[in-house]
Amino acid sequence: MGELRVIDGGGEVAVTTRLSDLLQWARKWSLFQYPFVTACCGMEFMSTAAPRYDIARFGAEAPRFSPRQSDVLWVVGTISQRQGPAVRRIWEQMADPKWVVAFGTCASCGGFYDNYTTIPGVDKVIPVDVYIPGCPPRPEAVLDALMLLQDKIQANDRKPIVVPPRLVPERAPGRTGEGNS
Amino acid sequence: MEPADELLNDQASLELSADPMRLNMGPSHPAMHGTIRMVIDLDGETLVNLDVQPGYLHRGFEKSCERGTWAQVFPYADRLNYVSPMLNNVGWALAVEKLLEIEVPERCQYYRVILGELARISDHFTCNGASAMELGAFTPFLWLLKVRDWVWDILERETGARMTHSFGRIGGMAAPPTVNFKDDVLRVIPEVHKVVKETEIMLLRNRIFLDRMQGVGVLTKAQALSYGVTGPMARSTGIPYDVRKDHPYLVYDRFDFDVPVGEDGDNWDRFMVRLEEIRQSVRIIEQAIEQMPDDGPINVDDPRIVYPEKDDVYTTIEATIAHFKLVMEGLRTPKGEVYSFTEGGNGELGFHIVSDGSGTPYRVRVRPPCWYNLAAAREMLLGGMIADIIPTFGSVNMIGGECDR
Amino acid sequence: MSQAVVDRLNAQFGERVLETSDAFGDHEVVVALKDWVEVAQFMKDDGDLQMDHFIDLTAVDYPERESARFDVVLMTRSSVTGARIRLRTHAKDGEEPGSLAGTWSGANWAEREVWDMFGIKFNGHPDMRRILLYEEFVGHPLRKDYPIDKAQPLVPYREVSDIDKLPPFGIEEGQPFARIDWESRLSGGDNQVSPALGVQQGQRRTLSDSEAAQQVQARIEARMAQEAPEDAAEEGSGE
Repeated sequence: MGELRVIDGGGEVAVTTRLSDLLQWARKWSLFQYPFVTACCGMEFMSTAAPRYDIARFGAEAPRFSPRQSDVLWVVGTISQRQGPAVRRIWEQMADPKWVVAFGTCASCGGFYDNYTTIPGVDKVIPVDVYIPGCPPRPEAVLDALMLLQDKIQANDRKPIVVPPRLVPERAPGRTGEGNS
Repeated sequence: MEPADELLNDQASLELSADPMRLNMGPSHPAMHGTIRMVIDLDGETLVNLDVQPGYLHRGFEKSCERGTWAQVFPYADRLNYVSPMLNNVGWALAVEKLLEIEVPERCQYYRVILGELARISDHFTCNGASAMELGAFTPFLWLLKVRDWVWDILERETGARMTHSFGRIGGMAAPPTVNFKDDVLRVIPEVHKVVKETEIMLLRNRIFLDRMQGVGVLTKAQALSYGVTGPMARSTGIPYDVRKDHPYLVYDRFDFDVPVGEDGDNWDRFMVRLEEIRQSVRIIEQAIEQMPDDGPINVDDPRIVYPEKDDVYTTIEATIAHFKLVMEGLRTPKGEVYSFTEGGNGELGFHIVSDGSGTPYRVRVRPPCWYNLAAAREMLLGGMIADIIPTFGSVNMIGGECDR
Repeated sequence: MSQAVVDRLNAQFGERVLETSDAFGDHEVVVALKDWVEVAQFMKDDGDLQMDHFIDLTAVDYPERESARFDVVLMTRSSVTGARIRLRTHAKDGEEPGSLAGTWSGANWAEREVWDMFGIKFNGHPDMRRILLYEEFVGHPLRKDYPIDKAQPLVPYREVSDIDKLPPFGIEEGQPFARIDWESRLSGGDNQVSPALGVQQGQRRTLSDSEAAQQVQARIEARMAQEAPEDAAEEGSGE
């Protein structure tokens, strides 16, 4: 087993060698979600949890409606200005390690609600790891995003990424191990 | 007597005085479909006071409509009641068509009816499924979502998108029905019946479900009228108001269907009204499939309203100009004000349009059914227990996009 | 059916019914602001009319009309006869119609929304506060002179630098898709209909001209210049 070394950066303790890989593997296969569902994307979120697309086979089914108990904050739907403080507070209450998925165009960039009442993307308020474009995104895109997130968790990569469209199935994310196809 | 006994005799009711506890539910809460905040004052478990605070999904629909053309409202309208988007599309198209005083061809009317009713049954699937899930019955939720996916498959084949299709157009629809449309719909109908039956078997004699739904969240007829409640919620209180029957639009007057009406106005009645409405909608769909002509135009034949065919746009000058004007300026409507209403998933969905004669709407007001349904929720919840908020709120079917616009 | 409502109101109030209309099949009656509550209450209480089912209450903003800026519109229906009626009044900016929250409970939230969106206060309303927007919001968005993209964030925006994303609709961007620029129209300027023509005539910029877009472009180019020596075959950066 490796030795414990404290490495600077976010107060995280990074354990070297295979223990870290094991931890990341365990984390990625049992993600507890906090579904911050506001709008239409919630319907596709429900469909992703439904039998056909079945997010449960990724171990990511369990919704925990307490930020203290969840790993991934799924921001699903439009975030209005009035909702901003609520999102911020919930994200702050989550314990590390935490990830954020911006589900849908409204959460990614405000969508076509470019007006006085919509926050143009939840990343104006909290940092986001995976952006899923789509209005609403198909459940397949959501599963792609989940697989992308899992890859990032395994690689301990915090760089934000947008889920690319699946143009050629063989080069879908997760198949070749790269992010962009 | 012991001094302690004396005390007890003097104050026979030894009560611990307590201030009501103020609790915040939402805006992000598992039981709040969509997003809403309730500030409740509790005395023990009983609700003493309740302030429902909507508006967390206010997306500026009405202001956004004022800066596009009449046709550019369709995507915004879709996202109003996003569980039954086709009904909103059709409602908006009918509103502008009322202003223009035109009527779409018969085949289009049947097409709109069938797609609208498919949307309505997906709305009721979602509402009843979520209601059941919140009371702990996860299985019927999954079954209803399974059949909802099949309905969405049909909608995807027809419109191109599973939900929020933006398929309606003023003067018709975006595309004619596909070749296999009728077969697809007829194939799904027995599955719908099967799942509704299975849900009934699962839930209707379940002691826990009955206790949590019956007698809970009661709304009286007078309250419903005063609050402006319409739709399944009004029908559960005994008001037999259904826009499809009372003010028939499209071809609804040609169909033979019933309107389920409840008696007590409690959660149970709302659940059963919605379940029965699924069956009635399927009846309408079956009759519409039978009556729908297999050929004929879908769009009104008026170049001032409907885009010309793409082939013509690229080859003839008249079509190019017509297309240009329709896209750039929007279609011209007469100056005036109109209120058009249809039966949305939650009740009377009305569009109050003010036009100044140009291609841009001057004012669009959507009369949201669940806005007034939600206002009435306070009456239903006061005096009840905090655990009753869950089923009651679920049965209001508050769709954030429609409520807050 | 609804014509009977108009006739009854005419019979009861005579001179105080300013106009009636039947356009597009919708029956409508216009009264003065001071008669608003009385007529509405009569509609509910009268044995013939019995307008007990509240439908909607809203307002329309006509900033260019000198006589009265706002129209307040009430729609009700009778559950007994099935008749519908639209009642309208005109209100100047600052005038307060009487509240109908005591007559129909649904008017409570409808009037709060009209206050929130238009700034029309209702005299006698039990709870006049904003409903769709937050209390810190200044202004009334559905007024024509409120610019659509003027946001008032509650949480200050953070800097998004780790992903290449155009802030599409920043506060300084203007509205690229708008048909009518109300700000310029109300200040006596032009009323351009088509955004393309507006750009041609120099009345508005395109999104790609804006400062924000140029910053993002500069960032992308800087990064491409950095990566170019290493990575000749593929570009990984999004646009």
